[in-house]
Amino acid sequence: MSQKNRLQSGGRIDRSKPLTFTYNGKQYEGFAGDTLASALLANGVDLVGRSFKYSRPRGIVAAGAEEPNAIMQLGATEATQVPNVRATQQELFSGLVSGSTNGWPNVDMDIMGLVGKLGGKMMPPGFYYKTFMYPQSMWETYEKVIRQAAGLGRSPKEYDVDIYDKMNQHCDLMVVGAGPAGLMAALTAARGGARVIIADEQNEFGGNLLSSKETVDGKAAAAWVASVTKELEANENVIVLPRSTVNGYHDHNFLTIHQRMTEHLADRAPNGQIRARYHRVRAKWVVLATGAHERPLVFANNDVPGVMLAGAVSTYINRYGVVPGNELVLMTTNDNAYRTALDWHDAGRKVQAIVDTRKNPTGALVEAARERGITVMAGSAVIDVQGSKRVSGVSVASISEDGSKVTGSVKKLSADTVASSGGWSPVVHLSCHTGSRPQWNDEIIGFVPGKTVQKQLIAGAVSGNFTTSGALEQGHQAGAEALEKLGLKAADVAVPAAAEVKESKPMALFHIPHTKPTSQAPKQFVDYQNDVTASGIELACREGFESIEHVKRYTAMGFGTDQGKLGNINGMAIAAKFLNQSIPETGTTIFRPNYTPITFGAIAGRDCKELFDPERYSAMHKWHLENGAKFEDVGQWKRPWYFPKAGESMQEALNRECLATRESIGILDASTLGKIDIQGKDAREFLGRVYANAWAKLPVGRCRYGLMLKEDGMVFDDGVTSCLGENHFLMTTTSGGAATVLNWLEFYHQTEWPELEVYFTSVTDHWATMTISGPNSRKLLEELTDDDVSKENFKFMDWKPATVAGVPARVFRISFTGELSFEINVQANYGLHVWEKLFEHGAKYNLTPYGTETMHILRAEKGFIIAGQDTDGSVHPYDLGMGWAVSMNKPFSFIGKRGMQREDCVRADRKQMVGIKTIDPNIVLPEGAQGVFDPTASIPMPMVGHVTSSYWSANLGRSVALAFVKGGLDKMGEKVYYPLVDGRMVEAEICSPIFLDPKGERQNV
Amino acid sequence: MQQYSGFGLLKHSLSHHENWQRVWRNPTPKKKYDVIIVGGGGHGLATAYYLAKEHNITNVAVIEKGYLGGGNTARNTTIVRSNYLWDEAAHLYEHAMKLWEGLSQDLNYNVMFSQRGCLNLGHTLQDMRDIERRVNANRLNGIDGEVLDAKQVNEIVPILDCSDNARYPVMGASWQPRAGVARHDAVAWGFARGADMRGVDLIQQTEVTDFIIEDGTVVGVKTDRYGDIKADRVGCVVAGHSSVMAAKAGFELPLESHPLQALVSEPIKPILDTVVMSNHVHGYASQSDKGDLVIGAGIDSYTGYGQRGSYPTIEHTVQAIVEMFPIFSRVRMNRQWGGIVDTCPDACPIISKTPVKNLFFNCGWGTGGFKATPGSGNVFAASLAKGEMHEIAEPFSMFRFHNGALIDEHGAAGVAH
Amino acid sequence: MFYIYCPYCGEHREEEEFHNHGQAHIERPLDPDSCTDEEWGNYMFFRKNPKGLHHEIWVHAVGCRKFFNVTRDTVTYEIKEVYKMGEQPKVVAK
Repeated sequence: MSQKNRLQSGGRIDRSKPLTFTYNGKQYEGFAGDTLASALLANGVDLVGRSFKYSRPRGIVAAGAEEPNAIMQLGATEATQVPNVRATQQELFSGLVSGSTNGWPNVDMDIMGLVGKLGGKMMPPGFYYKTFMYPQSMWETYEKVIRQAAGLGRSPKEYDVDIYDKMNQHCDLMVVGAGPAGLMAALTAARGGARVIIADEQNEFGGNLLSSKETVDGKAAAAWVASVTKELEANENVIVLPRSTVNGYHDHNFLTIHQRMTEHLADRAPNGQIRARYHRVRAKWVVLATGAHERPLVFANNDVPGVMLAGAVSTYINRYGVVPGNELVLMTTNDNAYRTALDWHDAGRKVQAIVDTRKNPTGALVEAARERGITVMAGSAVIDVQGSKRVSGVSVASISEDGSKVTGSVKKLSADTVASSGGWSPVVHLSCHTGSRPQWNDEIIGFVPGKTVQKQLIAGAVSGNFTTSGALEQGHQAGAEALEKLGLKAADVAVPAAAEVKESKPMALFHIPHTKPTSQAPKQFVDYQNDVTASGIELACREGFESIEHVKRYTAMGFGTDQGKLGNINGMAIAAKFLNQSIPETGTTIFRPNYTPITFGAIAGRDCKELFDPERYSAMHKWHLENGAKFEDVGQWKRPWYFPKAGESMQEALNRECLATRESIGILDASTLGKIDIQGKDAREFLGRVYANAWAKLPVGRCRYGLMLKEDGMVFDDGVTSCLGENHFLMTTTSGGAATVLNWLEFYHQTEWPELEVYFTSVTDHWATMTISGPNSRKLLEELTDDDVSKENFKFMDWKPATVAGVPARVFRISFTGELSFEINVQANYGLHVWEKLFEHGAKYNLTPYGTETMHILRAEKGFIIAGQDTDGSVHPYDLGMGWAVSMNKPFSFIGKRGMQREDCVRADRKQMVGIKTIDPNIVLPEGAQGVFDPTASIPMPMVGHVTSSYWSANLGRSVALAFVKGGLDKMGEKVYYPLVDGRMVEAEICSPIFLDPKGERQNV
Repeated sequence: MQQYSGFGLLKHSLSHHENWQRVWRNPTPKKKYDVIIVGGGGHGLATAYYLAKEHNITNVAVIEKGYLGGGNTARNTTIVRSNYLWDEAAHLYEHAMKLWEGLSQDLNYNVMFSQRGCLNLGHTLQDMRDIERRVNANRLNGIDGEVLDAKQVNEIVPILDCSDNARYPVMGASWQPRAGVARHDAVAWGFARGADMRGVDLIQQTEVTDFIIEDGTVVGVKTDRYGDIKADRVGCVVAGHSSVMAAKAGFELPLESHPLQALVSEPIKPILDTVVMSNHVHGYASQSDKGDLVIGAGIDSYTGYGQRGSYPTIEHTVQAIVEMFPIFSRVRMNRQWGGIVDTCPDACPIISKTPVKNLFFNCGWGTGGFKATPGSGNVFAASLAKGEMHEIAEPFSMFRFHNGALIDEHGAAGVAH
Repeated sequence: MFYIYCPYCGEHREEEEFHNHGQAHIERPLDPDSCTDEEWGNYMFFRKNPKGLHHEIWVHAVGCRKFFNVTRDTVTYEIKEVYKMGEQPKVVAK
């Protein structure tokens, strides 16, 4: 199909580079330099979507980020689908595949449109709150139907094939927007030696200058833009970022930029390039030169395809060489938009009329139009539009001076395009992100950025200065001011000249009257994407939704993917008028990040999958992998969970590991335990304050177990701490709790007891720790060391330096299994060597590696707790039956002492930790099962405590469990019942939590 | 009073919707009320509604400094569930759940409560123990719940990555079928309409600047717009601003107000039918009836009244979502925002008498207030009506932070070994 | 995201390097054992939580691990001053 709307010459497209693309399955041609929107318009495609609620046909309205209708599905393959791409911002590339997102069976012939026509009257704002309620059971069915209509585009169903990057940037000045103001600000600051980043969402710099016929500095505006851009690019202190949207402005001058690297080239990033880069920028100063968006006028049937923004029409003509129609009617409240009629006329197509809402427009542009013989209908408005899938004509009538009502008879004009302009709204979005409220400015009829605590300057149209000369001047000023604030020398930059155009005063008009009252007139759209109409806003106000936030929420105005860039000001003004308030009284809603939608993948960057969180491995990890370990995530650690042999089930492996350990020797990689080196003359005193038990008398060479409590008396970590020297200790913590404990120690030291001389160093990663456990463990150790590890000279809870397998080691005779145990610590780099030596010598003892699960079983047989599994932040040592680990007589009131004596903590019926034996020894209770005393009680059943640990004990030939039971320590031998999810009621007996070797003889063999 | 129905819509469409009555009046306050509720969010409006409806106390004013439902009610991610661990919390949230289940009909206002089910994922063995513990407790408390394995989870949400490729593979989940989402604004508006209809005065754009306290008893409030307004009892339901109001009454609360952020994607065609939450990976998502993926995470670490938090929190949340749902990588984030949540040390609310007689506070809901809205209002209304705490509210006294009877709903501490 | 000056490192660093530790200048009672439940509860849990100027503790968690005080406006999020442990704020609410 030919490009029937393409001009023979002009524009910034390259006619020598034709590109083919498809839209809704049909192939079209455009040129390099086109956007998808300009190419569609060039080909005369009117229909780009169906509206969300009423399914009305919609066409392209705008030429940039504010486009509400042309929301496309992009992607040639399933994995490269992208929903909701604005055709106005998508650069055309060869092979681009696009489609409209709504309409069934297709956008041209849409069944829902019929429903919209018929049912539209039944669907005022908030209609769903008023119906679908009865009968109650039907809501699910109603909702399914409502949900059918949800969404615009669709999510891909396959995983993303592209990658994304992030960069952290620091700069002196961040310039947002590369129109005339932004370019001047950047140029001035850069020449003054500032480190500058300048970003613009478009593919090339220049902003509005790209679509204008103006001159700057005596040359075509684009030529001036090119020369400035070239200078900036050549400056090594400047980062130039086209196709880069500054989408968020956060506290302390932190900004985020979404740079699209390849979306203009292909569906899938070519050659493994990254698809998008996210810049996280910390700027000393910021210049917002974000420009302005044109405001459409609100009139009946203003959504018929062919109704466009005036500025957008000019952009399509001047930048893309596309005239999107044949007969134009322009409606305007200002002089500025006259340019569109001139552009249209100069492109050789017919301007039916300029309909100016003002009584006596004068300015230079008005004269220029008249000189070209264009009819100017002053004091009039387009009050209605004819046509359904394309404008076929308009109704024009004269209106009252304040624009509130139609005063004259209605005249029909033929037209296929209606351009409208209600003036310009500064793009205040970014200025709002850190909580600043925009201020209404009567002079420019719009909101401008309000007061802020950020180090922010503004320049150009965003400040309400809509002329090119003003933007250049203000941009220069902002650049100079930034230099001054940064303490840099002023730069010598001349402000280039731009033509001054004399314009007459614009009219503040937001809503074009109709002969009928708003409620009865044809729909006058305010927010296209959410189908919000003027009558809808009036209805919301009528029903009492008077706050602008209520209006927004009740009508859904501004909730679309365009976030109300076109409609919000009109909507507020319509509400204000209905409520008899001024616009500043009515106020504005606040814009939030993002300025335009941002790909999730770009925000996530590479921080998914294995990089989602660091994985930590012990020094013996390679061995574990080679020996078939299954792993468990513990904090960031990958810990061996169990070591199944070929064909073994998990339980079989555990049984084997458990029996081997108690019969001969097992070995555990315990490197992940947190290790904190504590030194200083007050180290001992400090330990006494942070542990519940006493440390004053622990001699060098001895180890002690301690419970660490919070101020409320509840257990939060535990571990063994060893005395390495009079002023030197090694603390161990749980694997997951190491960082928390270190922070805890530092916090108390630095904020409460800075007078204590004590130093903490994390040494977790410095040591590899392997625990050999079982009756033959001493024999094995003796084979690898010449040091004396005999029963007599190396007692339980001793530690000593030794040389193991030729490597200097610290060996601790501590036990978490109840067996004779040695915990061998060597420098991490020697870990694998020592581990392998142990296996070399251990084979004859059937040395068996075991993981966390067997460790859990073995310690549970002994009734040892695991902080975090058997505790949950609500139990104190006495609840655990561990009063032996509390020393109430220490001189210093240790952390947790006062807390555990509060009224609720000394109740008699607190839940206490006990052992649980199921009456049927073969039943292993699920961990988390809840106990009851009365199995016949009805729901809600009074619960008395849950099972925290539960295992099959191969050593005992039965199940064992640890559980909390209300008042359990006084209920030994009594029954407790566990009603399970599967319906079983398991009977069990309360017993001591020490199931094996209650006298503790095994660890002293 | 106008009743809402499909027939009513049809009737009004014939008169171009010109004759809809106001949803609520805009009254000038009286000199004195039986009860003043400070704060016109969901909880405050629900309180007023139940005072009028269930206790026949209609001489009530709700005083709101902004607009009705404009605080956290307007900013939450609308998840409703009752699968809490401890009995006290479970009873409170299940009380709310039962009210949710007939709320649209009770209010004659469709709050679009949609019971599409909620999965709380487990990624570690400890997660799974905690899930088992919670589900067992829920069932014995009469709350629906199941423990699912990874395969069952994947059957419910096929787009969730349940493979071993994830950094923390999904091991299973708790599943509450009755959980779901509701239309948050409608909840505030429905309660407001119901309260107004029964005679409650809803006073918007009016700030309570102080309490009037005589001999340790509150007797009214001072306002910026209408001067002093007397009351026999005052209930303060101001969420993030509770500490500020408590300071005016001369006491402190065990609260910190933190930014809580949330975000939505652009609307996409329905693809996620349930609520999926992961505490371990730190993100949750559901899809609204409009098609937006509604996404949230944890609070920011610092206190803040700015209704915004820090960017890395959003970044981590999005990472979590892409980690859980890799197909969303090319879907785009539309908007983010923040609320101010008043967090309690035990992650449970305060519904309580205070050191000032006749002054009651309902606060500390942290990140979980929306789901409790009807239940919170219901028990708070009963407490205000009788001057004594309702039995479900009783355990949530602020004085539990003195005697130690905390109700720790942070979930079992996630450390192990 | 905040930009925080660490008084020990002498540099501004990104918020991601720090953790917030809540209200500053809460002193642990010197004799906990003589505290009533109420006094102990107040120490542990009850907070000013001000809207406006707030003195709070931050730790340079992945930097020098030092704790320090920050005076910050909890509405505008401006950091008004940073001072070391044991020092008193100069910027205080009127």
